[in-house]
Amino acid sequence: METMAIGRAINAGLRAAMDRDPRVLLMGEDIGALGGVFRVTDGLQKDFGEDRVVDTPLAEAGIVGTAIGMALRGFRPVCEIQFNGFVYPAFNQITTQLAKLRARSRGRLSVPVVLRIPSGGGIGSVEHHSESPEVLFAHTAGLRVVAPSSPHDAYWMIQQAIASADPVLFLEPERRYWQKGEVDTELAPGQVTPLHKARVLRPGTDATLVAYGPTTKLALDAAETAAQEGTELEVVDLRSISPLDVQTVAESVRRTGRLVTVSEAPTFHGPMAELAARIQESCFYSLEAPVKRVGGWHLPYPAARVEEHYLPSLDRVLDAVEQSLAA
Amino acid sequence: MTDTAVGPVRAHADGPARADEQHPTTRQPGMVQLLDEHGVRHHDPEHDLDLTPEELRGLYREMVLMRRFDSEAEALQRKGQLGLWAGSRGQEASQVGAGRAARRQDQLFPSYRDHGALLARGVDPLHILSIFRGIDHGGWDPVEMNVHPYTLVIAAQMLPAVGYGMGVQRDGAVGTGDPDRDTAVVAFFGDGATSQGEAAEALNWAAVFNAPVVFFCQNNQWAISEPVSRQSPVPLHRRAEGAGMPGVLVDGNDVLAVLSVVRSALDRARAGGGPTFVESFTFRMGAHTTSDDPTRYRLAAEVDAWREKDPIDRLRTYLTAEGLLDEEFEAELAAESEALAVRLREGVSAMQDPDPVSMFEHAYAEPHPQVTAERDEFLAAWEQHDADLHAGPHGGDA
Repeated sequence: METMAIGRAINAGLRAAMDRDPRVLLMGEDIGALGGVFRVTDGLQKDFGEDRVVDTPLAEAGIVGTAIGMALRGFRPVCEIQFNGFVYPAFNQITTQLAKLRARSRGRLSVPVVLRIPSGGGIGSVEHHSESPEVLFAHTAGLRVVAPSSPHDAYWMIQQAIASADPVLFLEPERRYWQKGEVDTELAPGQVTPLHKARVLRPGTDATLVAYGPTTKLALDAAETAAQEGTELEVVDLRSISPLDVQTVAESVRRTGRLVTVSEAPTFHGPMAELAARIQESCFYSLEAPVKRVGGWHLPYPAARVEEHYLPSLDRVLDAVEQSLAA
Repeated sequence: MTDTAVGPVRAHADGPARADEQHPTTRQPGMVQLLDEHGVRHHDPEHDLDLTPEELRGLYREMVLMRRFDSEAEALQRKGQLGLWAGSRGQEASQVGAGRAARRQDQLFPSYRDHGALLARGVDPLHILSIFRGIDHGGWDPVEMNVHPYTLVIAAQMLPAVGYGMGVQRDGAVGTGDPDRDTAVVAFFGDGATSQGEAAEALNWAAVFNAPVVFFCQNNQWAISEPVSRQSPVPLHRRAEGAGMPGVLVDGNDVLAVLSVVRSALDRARAGGGPTFVESFTFRMGAHTTSDDPTRYRLAAEVDAWREKDPIDRLRTYLTAEGLLDEEFEAELAAESEALAVRLREGVSAMQDPDPVSMFEHAYAEPHPQVTAERDEFLAAWEQHDADLHAGPHGGDA
C-alpha cells in the first residue's frame, strides 16, 4: 500500500503502462518539461524521451487525429486534453473517426486511444476549465467513458483504459487531483476491479446514492452527514459512464427502494437521466420514491465566484435525499 | 517559343521533344508537365522519368480500366443497383499516377473519390462498389491492402495519415535505405478539403515532426458547386510554403508528370526528408455524385475545354505516335474492359445484403453490456415480427 494523490496515482499508472509496453506513448500540450498543467505527466518525458512523451502543437484535433493514425500503426497513444472545455476542437476526430473506425472497417481496424480529460469544476478557474462533457461522448457509440474517483482507481483504471482495444475517454476529477488515498499497486490482474464495474463504497439501507468522478467524495460526505442523523445511505461509485453498470445500481436500489444521483454534469439530458430510466425499467416495483437527480444546471458553466451555486452541494444532495425519503 | 507560360527552372531544359510551336500548351507557370494535352512529350531534368514501353502501356491500360469502372458504376447507379456513385472521370491520370507511385508498403489514406488509386493498389473494384450499394463502408481489408477506409468527412483522414507517418518514424521505417522497409504515407484530398481547419493542422503537424507524408491534393476545380476560387485566393500548392514544406504543382491530367512528382516526393519522405504538398491540377468531368446536377453551376464550355486535355487521349496519342500501341493491344484492352464491366454487373447484383444483426458486431472490440442487450432486444423483436408475419393476420391456423 502506498499513499498518493489522484494526480500522482495517474502518473504512476502511466509509468507502469509505459514500462510494460513500449508501444504506449503520451501526447499533449505542455506534458513534457512542464509535466502538464496539472503535473500529471511529471518526469515522464525525462525518463521515456521525447518520442514517447510528445509535446504537441496546440491543436486538439491534431492531437486526437494523429493519435488515431499512430494507433492504426500499432501504438497505444494516451492523449492529454489540457482542459475539458478544450476538447471541442477535437470533437470531429473523436466522433467521426475515433468512435467509428472499428465499425467502419467491420472490426478490421482497432484504435486503442485513451483521451485523458481533466473534468468538472470547483477549482475557481476561468471559462472552459470546469465543464463535464461526458454525456456527449457517452452518447457516441464506439467510445468508452470512465471516471475514477480515488487514487487507487485512478492508478488501475488508467492502465485498464490503455489496455482496452477500444477508445476510452478517461475523465480525471480536476478538483480531486490532490485528494490522497491508499493505492495497492501490488494487485494481480485478476484482483483489480473490472474497468466498467460500479462499486458499492458504503453500505446503507435507507436510500442509494450514486455518483462518479468528482461527486463521489460529495456522496460519501453526504452519507457521513446523514448517518449522524440516523439515515443510512448506500453509496455507489459508478466509475464508468459507458458502458453503464446498471446491475450493481439496481441491486442496491432493490435493497433500499430509493435512488438519488449526483453528478457535476447537468441533469438535463445528463448521464443520470439514462441511469434513472434504466432503474425505473428494472426496479419499478422496488422503488418507494421517484428517482431524484442532483447535478449542474442546464447553463453554460458560470463564472468562478458563483460556481458553488452551480455545482451539487452537500445541502442539495441532503435535500434530495430528504425528499426521496419523504415520498 | 510560344510556350511562355513555362517557369524559368523547368523551361524545357533539354529542348522541346517535339515542335511545340504548333500546339501551344496551356501549362501554368511552374506546373510540372511531361506530356501535354496534344500528346507531346516534354523533358524536365528535375522531374523526368524513364519508363519502359510495358510500363507506359500499363499506365494507359489502368487509366482505361479505371474509366470503364467509373462509367459502369454510374450505369449501375442509373439502373438502381447502386444508391449513389461518386464519379472519377477526368481524374484518371492523377489517381493512377499517384497510386502507381506508391510502393506496396506505403499507406494510402483516400478520400471518397480515389477509386483509381485503390485499383492501382489492387483493391477489388467490387469492394468499392459495395460502399455505394450500401452493403458496407468498404469491403477491402485496410491492413492487408495498406489502404485506409474511405473518409467522407472532408479532410478528416489527413491528421490520421500524419499520425500514421509518425508511427512509421517510431518504427524506424524511415531513412534506412532499405527500399522494402522504408515507408511513406499518401494523404488524398481535394481542393475543398484545403479549407478545413484540420487540413491546416495536418500540414503544420507533418512539417513540425518531419513526418513521411505526401499530401496529394487533387484540385479538380469544383467542390460540389463551389469553384476553387471560393476555397482559396492563392494557388493551393502555396499552402506548403506557410507550413514549411515543398509545394509542387503538377498537371493532374498528365500521368507521367504525376507519377514522377509523387514518386520523388515519396522517395524523399521515405528517406527522412519530410512531407511534400502536391497539387494535382485536374478536372472533375462528371457530377460530384449521381445526385448532383453540375449544369446548375458551371458552363458546358468549361467542361469542353477540359475535355481537350483528357488524360487518356493524350497518352494514347503519344503512345500511338511512338509506335507503342497496336491494334492487338487495343483489342485486348477493349476485351478486358468489357470483361471488367461484366464482372462488375454480375458482382453487384450478386451482393448479399448483410445480416441485420451484424450491425451490432463491430461497434466495440470488447463487449459493451448495453450494446449486447440491444442486440438481444433487436433479435427478439425481429424473430417475433417474423413469426407474426408468417402466422398471418389470423394467426397460425389461418
